[in-house]
Amino acid sequence: MLKVNLDDTIAAISTPVGSGGISIVRISGSEAIEIANKLFIPRKGKPLAERKSHTISYGNLVYKGEVCDEVLVSLMRAPNTYTREDVVEINCHGGIRAVTAVLEAVLKSGARLAEPGEFTKRAFLNGRLDLTQAEAVIDIINAKTDKSREAALKRLDGRLCRKIKALREDILTMIAHIEAAIDYPEHDDETMTYSMIADGVHRVSGAVQGLIDGADIGRIYNEGIKTVILGRPNVGKSSLLNAVIDEERAIVTDIPGTTRDVLEELINIGGIPLKLIDTAGIRDTDNAIEKIGVEKSRKLAEEADLVLLMLDGSRKMTDEDRELISLSENKKRIILINKTDLEQNIALDEISTLDPIFVSVKTDMGIEQLYDRIKEMFLKGDIAENDEALISNERNKNSLYKAKLHLDNVLETVNNRMPEDFISMDLTQAYESLGEITGESLEEDIIDKIFSEFCLGK
Amino acid sequence: MSQLYEAESADVVVIGAGHAGCEAALAAARLGLSTIIFTINLDSIGMMPCNPNIGGSSKGHLVREIDALGGEMGKNIDKTYIQSRMLNLGKGPAVYSLRAQADKNRYHMEMKRTLENTDNLYVRQGEVVDILTDENNNVTGVVTESNALYPCRAVVICTGTYLQARCLYGDTIIQSGPNGLRGSSHLSECLKRLGVPLMRYKTGTPARIDKRTVDFSKMQEQKGDEKLVPFSFENRPEDIAREQVSCYLTYTNQKTHDIIRANLDRSPLYSGVIEGTGPRYCPSIEDKVVRFADKDRHQIFIEPEGEDTNELYVSGMSSSLPEDVQRDMYRTLPGLEHCRIMRTAYAIEYDCISANLLKLSLEFKDIHGLFSAGQFNGTSGYEEAAAQGLIGGINAAMYCMSKPPLILDRSQAYIGVLIDDIINKESREPYRMMTSRAEYRLLLRQDNADLRLTEIGHEIGLISDERYNRFLEKKQSIEKEIKRVNGVNIAPSEKANDLLTSLGTAEISTGAKLSELIRRPELTYDLLAPIDEARPELSDEVREQVNIQIKYDGYIKRKLKQVEQFKKLEEKKIPEDINYDEVMGLRIEARQKLAAVRPVSIGQASRISGVSPADVNMLLVHLER
Repeated sequence: MLKVNLDDTIAAISTPVGSGGISIVRISGSEAIEIANKLFIPRKGKPLAERKSHTISYGNLVYKGEVCDEVLVSLMRAPNTYTREDVVEINCHGGIRAVTAVLEAVLKSGARLAEPGEFTKRAFLNGRLDLTQAEAVIDIINAKTDKSREAALKRLDGRLCRKIKALREDILTMIAHIEAAIDYPEHDDETMTYSMIADGVHRVSGAVQGLIDGADIGRIYNEGIKTVILGRPNVGKSSLLNAVIDEERAIVTDIPGTTRDVLEELINIGGIPLKLIDTAGIRDTDNAIEKIGVEKSRKLAEEADLVLLMLDGSRKMTDEDRELISLSENKKRIILINKTDLEQNIALDEISTLDPIFVSVKTDMGIEQLYDRIKEMFLKGDIAENDEALISNERNKNSLYKAKLHLDNVLETVNNRMPEDFISMDLTQAYESLGEITGESLEEDIIDKIFSEFCLGK
Repeated sequence: MSQLYEAESADVVVIGAGHAGCEAALAAARLGLSTIIFTINLDSIGMMPCNPNIGGSSKGHLVREIDALGGEMGKNIDKTYIQSRMLNLGKGPAVYSLRAQADKNRYHMEMKRTLENTDNLYVRQGEVVDILTDENNNVTGVVTESNALYPCRAVVICTGTYLQARCLYGDTIIQSGPNGLRGSSHLSECLKRLGVPLMRYKTGTPARIDKRTVDFSKMQEQKGDEKLVPFSFENRPEDIAREQVSCYLTYTNQKTHDIIRANLDRSPLYSGVIEGTGPRYCPSIEDKVVRFADKDRHQIFIEPEGEDTNELYVSGMSSSLPEDVQRDMYRTLPGLEHCRIMRTAYAIEYDCISANLLKLSLEFKDIHGLFSAGQFNGTSGYEEAAAQGLIGGINAAMYCMSKPPLILDRSQAYIGVLIDDIINKESREPYRMMTSRAEYRLLLRQDNADLRLTEIGHEIGLISDERYNRFLEKKQSIEKEIKRVNGVNIAPSEKANDLLTSLGTAEISTGAKLSELIRRPELTYDLLAPIDEARPELSDEVREQVNIQIKYDGYIKRKLKQVEQFKKLEEKKIPEDINYDEVMGLRIEARQKLAAVRPVSIGQASRISGVSPADVNMLLVHLER
């Protein structure tokens, strides 16, 4: 079934990301208040939904028992709002972490990520803008719907697209089995058992999670480039980290590693958010605890979007250095040769092909060059090539989230030993959510699949 | 043309007395309009020319909806069934499927009796050859082959498979309708003159064999259900209790398939003689063998055609192979080794239309007062035909009374899904109803068809006050009981935990809500009766509703939410006089499709094949300007 994006509830960050002291998440649509109400715990007084229009309330935004941020919430009931729909604006702390957490909570609670220009489009369609304003908006809409859709599809990584199609095919096969058995009750083709469905769903669900985790551009933009500094003890990792942090006053958040044994620092380099993973406390200058094992390094490198691999220019390369080079081979990586202020003993011919940057953290030499390299790597490459690419990708991620949610529902339905019809219901929704990414429709697919796979009929 | 004579006039004329025609004529007449129903042969009223059953997956839903709206099919099959089964039990309440084997002859006789005894309704044998219109494209009357003019205000075309029909098997081609009945040869010309483009569809039927020549001991018997569920909400199970007959299951085998393959060149399907498009869901046996070559056997059901006949229907083996090949292939089946064919299997080709020509009321977009229903609209199946017939008949009556038409949407009824689909979707083969086509099927259950539609049937005037009041009572007691159950808490008493343990589910250590217990997979409303002390005495039907509505509450609520979204788009109306050439940004294909279908709402526009979401957005922008 086709989706017309007008009647659901939309949300987006409506302030520039990553700068400014306050960020705002705006929600608009018939469920805006309901969604905000679910998440907002006022410091005192009535729940949000019972408050008067055009008021501001103070409290916490809580998702699944965890506080995302301390917020101010503006409640504006239709029709006297920008979009003429119910609008809620959540004012949270500046910086990427808080606002992203809030947005994700809102999206996971039932809102859909707004298309570019969609608030304005709704304002227009709901009659808030007049005809002259509308003329201008129509041009925008023309550009943003048709083209951005095309662009999104075109930009969509071919591999991702194929992957999603394969996952949809898997889901469709399960649906077709169930539907064929339902529409042809007496037919003798084998039916799917609960465990077959559970296995199939686990497989698909794992792959969807993989795609979500797969750290696409949208996540990098929203959460920062996951960066890990690797190197032997004493090469200067902690100095680098401290240098970068001292220089950049834009520390955004400081999240204690409650669930993992690393600390994360979010810094901003020329508009690129960098999330530095502090490997086992390298900020601590006490070298004794700085040493981390190769396996741990490998794991960190695997999770990272960017590896900064630091070598000591004043010493000869060791096997450990070589190991680190090899385990980070397939990652986006910058090799830093530190301590260029000292006498150089490193064999250059061994590393020159790796395009290293020579730095001296002590004297700040080469740090600018490092920043330029990072910018070059991410600005020129994937990130911020075009806003639309980011956003359509974020939308895809949103669809993946939804698909995952529906697949989880299937598993719950299977666990509860509910009848096939209910399994089919959630599978269908998962199929549709994935289809939003590739732009394909459902119903005829099922009918075609049923008749191509099964020999049915009187 | 020879001189016409003026015969009787009527408000509504129905052409054809198959399953669509009968419902259309009964509905119009019952709404107080004088109605004439024409049929080529009075002995073929309500005839079942193919399978001898009514209902089944999604079709059973249609029959119950027809009944809730005041139609006849459910009552007629309740009177004449010889075996009844509820299929799909265990797959979820939304897909329970009621199906009954019919005594074909009695089904026909009872339907004929009902037509003959309905006020305002006149049954007439005769072939309609012309439909007359005035200069404003209003229907004014019909003419029969005997040059009789019947002036009327509305016409419902229900010609089934009779238009320019020809039956084929092997080299044998017979210009005739189904079952050797005369086809209708003139109306197609008339329709073309009226500017109605026709298409050619094909379907088929298996052979009928002589019961005395069949060895049932080699097959698997299939009995009817002991617990009966009537199709009609007016009947109680005890009203329709009777002795049931059995069906039998057998299989094709390698030998069968060899014979078919060796003779494919003699099938008109493969030699290219058949022009019409056949349905995928009702393939001939030769089709199955070719398309599913790796399958080593196919199920074949042997079904009695009635109690007063030896004819047996060989379900699963429709064919257009030559008669000698048919005989040989049927005889390869266990139990059928010595079978004698009584009627040969055949394929039938006929003229029909693309339902894109119609409005959702089933009235032609360009001819006022002309309606059509059933197989003529490109569908297949008795139930699909009856459902459209009912709506076509009601709306022909509404048209005559200058009242707004009855249109059911996709969230209200399978009938709504059916009509919406055939009008908006590109049609490439005869359309069969399937539960998978109904996106809100959890809400469109066969058990709640009365809750969904009785109100509407009453408002139109096809449901009597008496039946309506009974319905209201049922509805109220369901609501009252659900409310009560939602307030009941069960204490963790020994009695309660003993019951829970005996039913294979976990004990409770603190008080539990009764509704939560009902939602446990192992439990139902009925099973918990012993520990629900204040429970009132309620009928089976009410208890079933209470159970379903509580047990699946979470899923039902999710569906209802989707329906809300759907309704919003349905409510965004598109003006009738919209000029799609003036809508900026539409793709050419979308422009053409929209202009052809002329959707009434944005929701409908979004379902038309060839209209993309971007097109719909353009349309929205245009409408708001």
